[in-house]
Amino acid sequence: MTPWIDHLIVAPILLPLIAGAAILLLKDRRHLVRRGIAIGTAATLLVVAGLLVARVADAGFSGQPGTTAYQLGSWPAPFGIVLVLDWLSALMLMLTSILGLTSLIYATARWDRAGPRFHSLFLFQLMGLNGAFLTGDLFNLFVFFEVLLAASFALLLHGSGKARIKAALHYISINVATSLLFLIGAATIYGVTGTLNMADLAVRIPAIGGSDLAILQSGMAILGMAFLVKAGMWPLGFWLPRTYAAASPPVAALFAMLSKVGVYAVLRVYLLLLNGEVGWSANFGEEWLLFGGMATIAFGTVGVLAVRTLSRIAGYSLVISAGTLLAAVGAGQGAVLAGALFYLVSSTLAVGAFYLLIELVDRREASSDAAGAPVFDDEFSGLPDQVETEVRVAIPATMAILGSGFAFCALLIAGLPPLSGFIAKFVMIDGLLSLGETVAPTSWLLIGLIIGSGLATLVATTRAGIDLIWAPSDKPQPALRVAEAAPVALLLVICMGLMVLAAPTMRYMERTSQSLGDRQGYGRAVLGNPARPQPDTGR
Amino acid sequence: MEIVLAIGIGVLTSSGVWLILRPRTFQVILGLSLLSYAVNLFIYAMGRLKVDAPPIVGTGGVDPALYDDPLPQALVLTAIVISFAMTALLLVVLLASRGITGTDHVDGDDGE
Repeated sequence: MTPWIDHLIVAPILLPLIAGAAILLLKDRRHLVRRGIAIGTAATLLVVAGLLVARVADAGFSGQPGTTAYQLGSWPAPFGIVLVLDWLSALMLMLTSILGLTSLIYATARWDRAGPRFHSLFLFQLMGLNGAFLTGDLFNLFVFFEVLLAASFALLLHGSGKARIKAALHYISINVATSLLFLIGAATIYGVTGTLNMADLAVRIPAIGGSDLAILQSGMAILGMAFLVKAGMWPLGFWLPRTYAAASPPVAALFAMLSKVGVYAVLRVYLLLLNGEVGWSANFGEEWLLFGGMATIAFGTVGVLAVRTLSRIAGYSLVISAGTLLAAVGAGQGAVLAGALFYLVSSTLAVGAFYLLIELVDRREASSDAAGAPVFDDEFSGLPDQVETEVRVAIPATMAILGSGFAFCALLIAGLPPLSGFIAKFVMIDGLLSLGETVAPTSWLLIGLIIGSGLATLVATTRAGIDLIWAPSDKPQPALRVAEAAPVALLLVICMGLMVLAAPTMRYMERTSQSLGDRQGYGRAVLGNPARPQPDTGR
Repeated sequence: MEIVLAIGIGVLTSSGVWLILRPRTFQVILGLSLLSYAVNLFIYAMGRLKVDAPPIVGTGGVDPALYDDPLPQALVLTAIVISFAMTALLLVVLLASRGITGTDHVDGDDGE
């Protein structure tokens, strides 16, 4: 292990921070430079994430521990701030950078000129996401949540307009209130255990007893509420479809990742802290995740059938996917969890691609995406619909490409064979069926809901697709730019890759799901064996 | 001292909760601010209340009971900064919403 690759762990946070700040210094007229820096940073992030995944996989498959801790400023672990790279965080970094790069490329076609400071905000959003996935203690998780939320508030408002401002007002209020819940939960946990480092917590929590126990449990429950609001669990997720429908398409595609942050936090905190074999913490709150997740799937299924616009359909499929993930976490470990992780990757990419496609398909119908009047003096007004400097490549048979892309997305989201969504659902259902000697009634219910939600998504997307793509229209065919088609195609190709390379991907997911419950491994990596950089003074 | 702080946090929280359920944007923002004050005090209290004790522990065999817990103070500082920034951002959105919809109702219309 060379030292430079250890320092790479901090790069997903530092790079977008520095690049985003640098872009702020450039004048608005230097648009191409800003765009170039942003795309370059996003591409570098993708390379870094690839290296980190390769590193975890290399170490993990050759028998070494895959988890690495990076101590900022070389302060020893329970006291200093620590970043932890493990199977799950490397996977989430990869997913973030893929979605980040593709939506950024998509945005260059049109949307990045609909408002000021888009590139910086986008990079700060990536920084917040990466930080939330890497951090090893609860309070820094809160800080990175706030970073990504602050950026997401501004990104949601990107393009302005009445609908966005209304949605943003609700979204910000809900999220500020949720952050307060997060703080109450974290403070309560600190008050009982005296630490916020997750590895340290994992060691201390099983030993808590007596009168402290009730306080700690309420702290955990309040923290869980905060995560579940972000993840969009019923009945805490009413804000999700409306907010995401109001966002501009590249932002909405990145937001598909945002709701997975809540799921990630649940996975991390729940499986690391509350999944012990013995004591009160053994599967504390399991049934809440299971039943809450199932209610979320049901809510999403009804919602996806009830709504008519594509962006709402995408929003409700996000709700369904969050519900499926939460229920799978609550239902059991092992194969179910591995399937759920596969599903997380596949559904996030598919919904991201769907959000990007919606605008292309919808363009001839709707004028609702037109930007509103500027609010501030330095804001650009309106969306540059006809830009002379832009090279517009009229791709032949535009509708054919859009139509097949749409069909791909629909199949992926609904989880039909042969695409990756099907493989993920199949693994989950297979895992549920082989959990114990007999299959529990709740498992049957969950299987039914997973299949039913897929069917509902298929019905809804097919109905909308027929309306939009097959219905005769006297309006001219929408012009499609390469910068818009390429990201969608790239996302779909990655989903195809997941399908073709399902075996190695599944192996990675299985190791990830094993590592999630591995307290000893995590604790050793963070507390026991201090990783680089070693202090070079003393000793 | 504990009872005074507890009552203070309780009053702030209940006023805050009542205010964020009101239909006017300004009330919601005030409610969120009050809630964040309550939460900040709560974090502070989680480090145990102690008077006239320094938060920095010296070297050697010292008794930690003589010192205050420095960590919640650092956490509160961060939380104050963040909630301040969020309130400022929310105020800007409030103004934008008021300007564009012409009403200060949280839903952008008075429902008349």
